Amino acid sequence: MDFLSYLISGISLGSIYAIIALGYTMVYGIAKMLNFAHGDVIMVGGYMSFMATTHFGWPPLLSVLFAMAVCTLLGIVIEQLAYKPLRSAPALAVLITAIGVSYFLQNAALLIWSANPKSFSSVVFLEALRLFDGRLIISGTTIVTIIVCLVIILILNTIVNKTKVGRAMRAVSEDKDAAQLMGVNVNKTISITFAIGSALAAIAGVLLCSAYPILMPTTGAMPGIKAFTAAVFGGIGSIPGAFLGGILLGIIEILGKAYISTQLSDAIVFAVLIIILLVKPTGLLGKKVLVKV
Amino acid sequence: MGRLRLKTSTDNLLTYGLVIVAYVVIRILIAGGSISSALQGQLVPITAYIVMAVSLNLTVGVLGELSLGHAGFMSVGAFSGVVTATLLAGAIPTTWLRLALAMLIGAIFAGIFGFLIGVPVLRLEGDYLAIVTLAFGEIIKNVMNIIYIGYDASGIQFSMESTNALQLGEGGKVILSGPMGAIGITKLSTFTAGFILILISLVIVLNLINSRAGRAIMAVRDDKIAAESVGISVWRYRMMAFVTSAMLAGAAGALYALNYSTVVARKFDFNTSILVLVFVVLGGMGNIRGSIIAATVLTVLPEVLRTFNEVRMLVYAVILILVMLVRNNTTLQHLFQRIGVRRKKDLLNGEKGDDA
Repeated sequence: MDFLSYLISGISLGSIYAIIALGYTMVYGIAKMLNFAHGDVIMVGGYMSFMATTHFGWPPLLSVLFAMAVCTLLGIVIEQLAYKPLRSAPALAVLITAIGVSYFLQNAALLIWSANPKSFSSVVFLEALRLFDGRLIISGTTIVTIIVCLVIILILNTIVNKTKVGRAMRAVSEDKDAAQLMGVNVNKTISITFAIGSALAAIAGVLLCSAYPILMPTTGAMPGIKAFTAAVFGGIGSIPGAFLGGILLGIIEILGKAYISTQLSDAIVFAVLIIILLVKPTGLLGKKVLVKV
Repeated sequence: MGRLRLKTSTDNLLTYGLVIVAYVVIRILIAGGSISSALQGQLVPITAYIVMAVSLNLTVGVLGELSLGHAGFMSVGAFSGVVTATLLAGAIPTTWLRLALAMLIGAIFAGIFGFLIGVPVLRLEGDYLAIVTLAFGEIIKNVMNIIYIGYDASGIQFSMESTNALQLGEGGKVILSGPMGAIGITKLSTFTAGFILILISLVIVLNLINSRAGRAIMAVRDDKIAAESVGISVWRYRMMAFVTSAMLAGAAGALYALNYSTVVARKFDFNTSILVLVFVVLGGMGNIRGSIIAATVLTVLPEVLRTFNEVRMLVYAVILILVMLVRNNTTLQHLFQRIGVRRKKDLLNGEKGDDA
């Protein structure tokens, strides 16, 4: 029974990683850049929801929408100001700029909300589920997290595969220049991708803080790195890959913590990543790129 | 070819000259008492970061592979260096010799780790390679956090549980204490030692770059398949650059750690790796002199920005972003395009004139 309960919390944590990883992977797939500031957008989402509920007294659902709106805007602004001018610059230059943006967001949060951790009150008011005569308790947050993740995956899959915007996204990720020649507005498509990724980050931030209710300016950093790992794990650029990678990473982390060592759980996660990449050098569902001479 | 060689050798001399002149000037300023004590305390860390930046430039700039776990090697070097220095405290009373040995052992250990990590890492490509270096950096940090080492009359004790598990006898001393890090370090590092380490790493890196092996490494960077097809062993030269880079980082780690009385494993985390990467990219990839200048300026900058007090890290972030935007120029081009094509043309002509 313990195992089942660990497995479920692993899937729940993994769902959060998956939502963050989707943002990473979409941006990578389309703009070919590692957006290291993504983790900090999660933190901003958490603070926004926190502000909305504690300071403005808004209902939880509205606070989530507010956080999504702010983060979407933030994502677009960051993309326009910091990344768009660097579209033709070397990848490393964009990476360093993303790191600069990450520093900026963390330190701005430090100034606005101070380093004192805020205790986040969960936005989920679902009753915990008691199974097997109360031997297995699944918290409401866990259930909601998993459901939200599944819904997001379905919506995203529909957007990418069925809509016009999604077709533009796929075209841009396949070949930017060719897409432009075919009349796809590349800049707009990239902006939309950033907007979607950031909105997802806001949801992830709220869910993360609901599950682990301590909010600090550095809250997003470690989940950001882990979600990035999850995206690579599943094959960066692949949406099902990000989902699979996120869930697996969450399960490995929780099971590692429970059965092997609390202090080494991160090391175990990264060790599994290394092993996977050695067997499948482009991740679980990543495309193998043929190099032509 | 002869002219090219002359150019690189003057270029290298300029780099050495810059470091030596900077050292002499700072020495004079210290003697004159015109450097604040806060800045003086930064001197050894600056030298350590310079060595870190120069060594990372070997991986990122010369070999062309993004490494996000360079601080891991610094960590290995730091802790093996501290253990060495503490254990040798009785045997070798001369401090500079002890420091030199600590840095050497730190470099050797980091080199061994570099090789072991390099075997799997260098099989991968691009971003996948980068994420694996990140993973190794995090693993090293986590493992260092649970290592306990102490010594007593019966020898060195090792544990992965707690200080009590070391079962130290009478007069025993704990060197590494898990999450508390290395404690009770005798400060050995000096600015001069850092200066010498910079010179040594410059000799190693610059000579490597301008050697046959260095040209092979750069050939692998520019086109792996082409390099392989003319008989260059890709694996061998990638490994050579990677291990050299790790060893120098290890020495820098030992220098850095022996400048403080305590050092924790958390210090050498992802953020430190990124910080050093920022030095390399801002200084210019493959440009060793640029790395030195960037490492110095960006370590001193937060100190200088202290007048801004609370917003200093914010200002630092903004400067970082702006420098990247300006350096990559496209923004400026956009701006000029908006002002008008004619002025852009004028500017281009002006630039050409300047060059001539």
